[in-house]
Amino acid sequence: MGEKADVWQGTLALMVLKTLEGLGSLHGYGIARRIEQISGDVLSLNYGTVYPALLKLEQEGAIVSEWGVSENNRKAKFYKLTRVGRKQLEQETNNWEQTTAILARFLHGTEDPA
Amino acid sequence: MKKLRAALRRLVGMFSAERREREFASEIEGHLEMHIDDNVRAGMTAEEARRYALVKLGGLEKTRQAYHDRGSVPFFETLMQDLSFAARQLWKNPGFTITAVLMLSLGIAGSVAIFAFVDAALLRPLPYPEPNGLVDVTESVAMFPHANLSYPDYLDWKRMNRSFRSFDVYRGTGYLLNTPSGIEPVAGEQVTDGFFHTLGIAPLLGRDFYLGEDLLSAPRTVILSYSAWQKRFSGRKDVVGQAVSLSGMPYTIVGVMPDSFEFAPRNNAEFWTTMHASSANGCDLRRSCHGLVGVARMKDGVTVAAALADMKAIAQQLERQYPDDNRGQGAVVQPLSELVVGDIRPILLLLLTGAGLLLLIACVNVASLLLVRSESRRKEIAVRGALGASPLRLARQFVTEGVLLVFGSNLLGLACAFFASRMLLRLIPKDMVVLHMPYLRDLGLNFHVMCFAAGIALLATAIFSLTPMVRLSFGEVQEGLTEGSRGSSGVLWRKIGANLTVLELATATVLLVGAGLLGKSFYHLLHVDLNFEPDHLSILSVALPDKTYAKDEQMVAARRQLLERISVLPGVVSAATTSTLPTTYNGNTEWIRFVGREYNGKHNEVNERDVTPNFFSTMKTRLIRGRFFVPDEDGTKPRVVIVNQAFVKQYFPNQDPLGTRIGDTALSPKSIKEIVGVVDDLREAALDEPILPAVYFPADQNPETYFNLIVRTTQDEKTLLPTLVATIHQFDAGIGTADETTMMMYINESQTAYLHRSSAWLVGGFAAIALPLGMIGLYGVIAYSVSQRTREIGVRMALGAQREIVQRMVLKEGGRLAVVGIVVGLVCSLAATLLLRSVLFGVQTWDLGTLGGVALLLAIAALLASYVPARRAASIDPMEALRSE
Repeated sequence: MGEKADVWQGTLALMVLKTLEGLGSLHGYGIARRIEQISGDVLSLNYGTVYPALLKLEQEGAIVSEWGVSENNRKAKFYKLTRVGRKQLEQETNNWEQTTAILARFLHGTEDPA
Repeated sequence: MKKLRAALRRLVGMFSAERREREFASEIEGHLEMHIDDNVRAGMTAEEARRYALVKLGGLEKTRQAYHDRGSVPFFETLMQDLSFAARQLWKNPGFTITAVLMLSLGIAGSVAIFAFVDAALLRPLPYPEPNGLVDVTESVAMFPHANLSYPDYLDWKRMNRSFRSFDVYRGTGYLLNTPSGIEPVAGEQVTDGFFHTLGIAPLLGRDFYLGEDLLSAPRTVILSYSAWQKRFSGRKDVVGQAVSLSGMPYTIVGVMPDSFEFAPRNNAEFWTTMHASSANGCDLRRSCHGLVGVARMKDGVTVAAALADMKAIAQQLERQYPDDNRGQGAVVQPLSELVVGDIRPILLLLLTGAGLLLLIACVNVASLLLVRSESRRKEIAVRGALGASPLRLARQFVTEGVLLVFGSNLLGLACAFFASRMLLRLIPKDMVVLHMPYLRDLGLNFHVMCFAAGIALLATAIFSLTPMVRLSFGEVQEGLTEGSRGSSGVLWRKIGANLTVLELATATVLLVGAGLLGKSFYHLLHVDLNFEPDHLSILSVALPDKTYAKDEQMVAARRQLLERISVLPGVVSAATTSTLPTTYNGNTEWIRFVGREYNGKHNEVNERDVTPNFFSTMKTRLIRGRFFVPDEDGTKPRVVIVNQAFVKQYFPNQDPLGTRIGDTALSPKSIKEIVGVVDDLREAALDEPILPAVYFPADQNPETYFNLIVRTTQDEKTLLPTLVATIHQFDAGIGTADETTMMMYINESQTAYLHRSSAWLVGGFAAIALPLGMIGLYGVIAYSVSQRTREIGVRMALGAQREIVQRMVLKEGGRLAVVGIVVGLVCSLAATLLLRSVLFGVQTWDLGTLGGVALLLAIAALLASYVPARRAASIDPMEALRSE
């Protein structure tokens, strides 16, 4: 296993939103674990960075939170996507796909990939 | 949108930070517990599981900080910290803070209050749409550069001009109105049909005048002012279409003007009627009778200068066409605002300058206080710098302190300004506000004034935050940590402080010179030769109803009987009437011609007054030659006149005018009168106007239904007024009386006296504040300099310097600053007094007495201010001084 990659600038929010879309309602620890798992343990994620990102998304109205009890009976704050959040996710996904497609074209030559 | 919401929530979040952090702590606790549970389940020991979870979190404190920063606005948080630190600093030094805040708010209050007037009077004087297109249009003659228009001239000007979209005229008039409390004279205005349309104001109710409604053939209609509608008709909506009787003539009410409508050239009119120009009014159809003022709206793209040239050309053409009537008649076209505020503009600008100078002195004083303080805070700053505060962070602290100081002073200053402007407004006689300055009605702290205050605040903040910063950047910050190394920086500070003091003294000089000149000019104004004794005179104006007193004999009889009744009242010495009160204005003139002298058509223009026989004896005006009028000199007797000395000086130098006959320009037989007397130059004009030749006619040979009653009494002239009114109404309840006052009050409350008095008082007040402030500034600099030089002085004295020499040395330092300040100030005053020239009366701008007096006063003040520190320097104990260092 080589060196782990840091989370790319600006993608953490997208990953959080996508995670919440798939799993419905989840607490901060669960979100952090999920992101790391999905990355196949390639990403090095400080779990703590998830919290300011969650606060920012909440301030922007993309997610809402409420207190609940976790599967192993611990008190935790659960986050859930809002309509605004869904829209933001859709938009950012599109942007990201566009960006990667452009980069891919750069890296693999200018011909039509088809 | 998204960002805005986030920013707002962060800002709001600052106030619920505690709760949020508590919640976050329990969230993190849950996070760690879950993670530890998982780790234990994966086979770690409890200790290992906890350590790993913390590492994975990326450090508890760092996470908390990141979360905290995201939750609020760090910039504002630091600001709040700085503010509370600054507030503590200011709180710890109540002496400094109170002095600074008081000085600043005084300066701010003065300039903001004056600016409120400037804003109301100079920036928003005309409450009409597109006010810049409105011009004041009149004729002009040599004696009166701004004269009145005659009706035939107006018609020609209106027809021939190519500059105006519309052109109308107005003239003041009065009506007798039947009210529940009896007959009341009310002010009215006669206008041509398009008057309101030209101004661009539509009636609130009803309609404007129709085209042609100002002709004799049109029915008589009237538009009410809002206040008349409220006061006389209780604001009833159905008033339009009703009839109202004005001086016995029926008028139909066709409209009501809005509450906001005002007409500053003459704003007291309650009833606006149309001209109805006719030969019945002897004046209307005569080209030589000038009683109208024009107001016009220029066509797009036409300048005032172009319109003036246009009118002048027409005036010249009319002069050629009607040489008898229009010789020497020019034209005036000026912005309407000039007519409204032209008189008070220089005074307001002067006052604003005075207030600005005072503000400058206050700022300079506070800035030097800040300098002294930054000096004493060198150690604190140095410690903070050594502990790692960046220069930017330190500078920010100073800016914050400056902001806090200015903000507090600004609030206090604005509050004071509000009350000051209210008070100043109350000092203006109410009639004068209503009549001539309606634009002051909504004087207040409006948007403009707030912007002005904000500008001052910004400027002051810049000065106060920069002063200590500049000071700090001069010396090495670390230098402050080492003892006794302040020699060089002390010298530098003394230089800045000294320059500020010179500036301050110079400013105080300018203010004092201004106040001195204005005070002197006001004194001159109140001591002009009246050539009558103004005390113990009650005055009021009387209007006989035209219907009852239609014939000359009726008017004569009524006045004689009235005067008889009044002169037997207890305390009354004598009673007389005149057509125009003395000290009113130069105007109501006649053009005369001398029988038996060659006539070149020139206008010999003289003031004309109709007075009763004992008028001059009532006024106590001296008879120089000939005789006064005799009691039975009416229309059946040969026509006679009395002239004043100015008349003799101009038309009969070194000759005896008695027996000479004068007449109108055509020498029509019934206009010929004989000069039977010469009186002293009774002041007919306003106090600051020149005395013109005057001709007095016997009132009974030229009877009018309107006249001014003057009664000399032995008792208090004010208490007599109700008795006078009652006596007149007893005689005939239909007679209108108004403007009851005393001659002394009439003179003292005249606009001229008011403007001179108020400007003298206000600038005097500014100067009175500036003088002690300047002294404090000088004292501060010298005292500080002495405190800095304690050791040096100690050494000098230890080496044998005499106390007197030390004292003299300090006094010399203060003296040098004072001399430079005063000289610079005197030079500046000479320039500044150019601004004063137009408001001075009877005083030269370089009045040596004033300049010398101010210089002397300031020199004494400076001596006093330096004496105290000099004494202290001389009493320094050399041993103490050396030991303390």
